[in-house]
Amino acid sequence: MLTEFGKIFVFILLAVVFVLIALFAAKLIRPSRPTKEKMLIYECGENPVGSPWIKFNIRFYVVALIFLIFDVEVVLLFPWALTYQDYGFYGFLVGLVFLLVLGLGMAYEWRKGDLDWERGIISPPILNEILKNKKAPLKINDSENQITEEIKA
Amino acid sequence: MNLEIILFIVLALVAVVSSVAMITRPHPVISAVFLILNFFALSGLYLLLNAQFIAVVQVIVYAGAIMVLFLFVLMLLNTNKEDNIFKQNKALKIFAIAIAVLIFAQVAFLIFFSSPSDALNSQVAESVQSGTIQQIGTKLYTDYILPFEAAGFLLLAATIGALVLSKKKFE
Repeated sequence: MLTEFGKIFVFILLAVVFVLIALFAAKLIRPSRPTKEKMLIYECGENPVGSPWIKFNIRFYVVALIFLIFDVEVVLLFPWALTYQDYGFYGFLVGLVFLLVLGLGMAYEWRKGDLDWERGIISPPILNEILKNKKAPLKINDSENQITEEIKA
Repeated sequence: MNLEIILFIVLALVAVVSSVAMITRPHPVISAVFLILNFFALSGLYLLLNAQFIAVVQVIVYAGAIMVLFLFVLMLLNTNKEDNIFKQNKALKIFAIAIAVLIFAQVAFLIFFSSPSDALNSQVAESVQSGTIQQIGTKLYTDYILPFEAAGFLLLAATIGALVLSKKKFE
């Protein structure tokens, strides 16, 4: 007699065996003539220059952090989803309060613009003062308009 | 042999081999991948112990979210060129070996020389029942509503804290 988890286990086992058989069969059938060019790391057909290990935006990390928090929330919702019907409206209310509290966090990050990728450019105060002294806040649209006007003139 | 014992041996082997491989790999990203394998094996062991909820949490939270964070940190730090920490500090190596021997002795004592207390054995049937997700849900929504909502507030604080701390501050 298989439990539900037993079915998942059989599924995982079949998936692993399927991949192993496919890889092994491919290794048997395919010709293997490796050259130095072929063994290079694929980079859109270009020869790779330097390490692919670049320091990337810290904002990816914030997204991962938020994902972790909502992941924990989902885990806590599993028992609720299985049992709340036994307690009627009261059980529903308990989960609703929990979701509202976390919705508050969601609303906070939405309002603060952490869900948008372009969050506005944060510039150091020294740069702000220099821009103030010029008395001409340089905006991209304005400068473009100026250029077009100059061209017209 | 019992199916449970076969499964236990296979999962335990996977867990031990993957954890040893995790420690010995020089490249941190490969270590992280072995750690994921280790988490999956542990989750299978939890299932064998009738702790379904813990098994699900192990896969979703640890193998899913925490490992994403680990990999992000590895990518951010660029630990490629760092030397082995034991090569830099010999005293640390002796200290680490001493700690490892101590923990090994402790585990060996627990497994081979101490007998499980009778208080644990008397409630096996109940403890097998209590691991299911339904049982945990029932407890969570009857006796432990306040801690549950407190966990919600804790997550809210974590969300806001993470966002505030990650902001660049110039002013």
